[in-house]
Amino acid sequence: MTYEELLYDLILKDERYFVLTSENRAAIRNLPAKIQKNFLDTGITEQTQIGIAAGLALRGRIPITHALATFLTMRAFEFIRTDVGIANLPVKIVGAVPGFLSDGNGPTHQAIEDVSLMRGIPNMNVFCPADDDDMLRCLPKVFASSSPFYIRYNNTKPLVEHSDFEIGKAETFGDGTDIAILVYGFLFGEAFKAKKLLEEQGKSVRLINVRTPKPIDEEAVLKAVRECKQIVTLEDHFITGGLYSIVSELLLKNRVTANVLPIALKTWFKPALLNDVLEFEGFTAKKIYKAISSKL
Amino acid sequence: MTKEKLIELQETALRVREHIIKMSGNGGCFIGASLSCADLILYLYKEFLNVSPQNLKDPNRDYFFLSKGHDVPALYGTYVELGWLEESRLKNHLKTNDTIYWHPNRNIPGVEFHSGSLGHNLSVACGVAYDCKLKNQTNKIVVVVGDGELNEGSMWEALLVASAYKLDNLLIVVDRNQFQANMQTEDLIPLHPLDKKFEAFGCAASIVNGHNFTELENALASFPFKKEKVSVLIAETVRGKGLPSIERRADRWFANFKDEEVAQLLKELHGEHKATLTSEIIIAR
Repeated sequence: MTYEELLYDLILKDERYFVLTSENRAAIRNLPAKIQKNFLDTGITEQTQIGIAAGLALRGRIPITHALATFLTMRAFEFIRTDVGIANLPVKIVGAVPGFLSDGNGPTHQAIEDVSLMRGIPNMNVFCPADDDDMLRCLPKVFASSSPFYIRYNNTKPLVEHSDFEIGKAETFGDGTDIAILVYGFLFGEAFKAKKLLEEQGKSVRLINVRTPKPIDEEAVLKAVRECKQIVTLEDHFITGGLYSIVSELLLKNRVTANVLPIALKTWFKPALLNDVLEFEGFTAKKIYKAISSKL
Repeated sequence: MTKEKLIELQETALRVREHIIKMSGNGGCFIGASLSCADLILYLYKEFLNVSPQNLKDPNRDYFFLSKGHDVPALYGTYVELGWLEESRLKNHLKTNDTIYWHPNRNIPGVEFHSGSLGHNLSVACGVAYDCKLKNQTNKIVVVVGDGELNEGSMWEALLVASAYKLDNLLIVVDRNQFQANMQTEDLIPLHPLDKKFEAFGCAASIVNGHNFTELENALASFPFKKEKVSVLIAETVRGKGLPSIERRADRWFANFKDEEVAQLLKELHGEHKATLTSEIIIAR
């Protein structure tokens, strides 16, 4: 099943689902012809798309909006915050090519503050799937939620088969106690490979696919902090406002501390083909493994 | 329009203005902008739209959006006159025991959507209008916007989309009072010729005197003004309408009057002598 097949199935079962885009059809190329009565392309108008989605939600629809993550979360930020957030409407905001996935586009297209911006909106939740399998497995529950949701679209090829999903529950691989790697979104794959490299060196590792940075799985994070010597937060996002911040807030709230190594971006990343970006910025499995090893 | 109907509307509009004036003390309100669109809001609710707190769940009802949210005293004053809101609640203006403040919110029955940040409700209304079209409904969707609000790019962006999808169930009413905050629109970002601008964006525009109920009735009788086009009614209005001492004044957009000034303004509204205004002039921008 693909993303657009999932949307098509949902609409066949429930006509409240309504797909919108601001002329970004990469993920839904074949959909418009099949669901004309549940589809609207507003042109290159992110603000209007979100306003229209709010209007559709007032009419009982569940709008699923699409555009590049940068333009949707930033150009339309105030519309998301004011029209969707204040009214707490069940609008789903699907941002394409978030984080490193914008590869060669350059800083204009780098959504690396999107999680920070979206989680700052009361009522808004954030879902960052690890890969295509994770995304398709979790989306039905995310779409069915009565809350607004920001979704970091990620259809990259899965390395593993994921487990079932509950909103606010992380997915944990292994129960290692030397290192816990907390990650969301696309970098899950590199983290998965880094876990293997660390294990080859005799380290015991647990990998936590956060899935929903908001609501964060407090229990999984606190358990990792209790049981593991070294915590790593890994994200293709600015270091402010993302997972490192979320974990910091959580630890302070619970009056605990931990050895936390943040692997995140301090500024915009070098635009290039994806694998070269990872290499240049130090986010390949091998470089993640090295960064963690140097802390042990 | 019958004479009786006209008199009834004029008398009701006068009472709406009384409510607005009473809200201009104890913290104040956007009195100038509220008085300019009071007749419009009253006419639309009373004569043009089929919507009330009783039929909000009916998908075939009409929709009203107040995009220039700062004139909410005109909206709530109208709700009081329609019997939707208890008059005593207006005394809770800016009090923490109620939800009556400087911009509309959905806790007040009848308010379709919150506003305050300019340039939002047109696109929200487009979403409602598009859904009504898809369901082959014939209900009307009305958005009242300010002329200053037309500085916002999101208004023109939404218009492009509304025209592309031929939303002829959508009516935009422009409260053309010639002011934005404490400036004349034409002195800052000129809008003239406004009807031509809307027409260039694919709409059918019409200009009326926004304080003349007969003109409003005649213009709205032909809604939609053109098949497959968004209708735009440019209602020429007077900021502060009804109170000669603050009419067309750039410095009386927002006011926080003293009790004795409020009392004098109520008399002025009814044609008695002009009020002597001594309270501080508030420049809000």
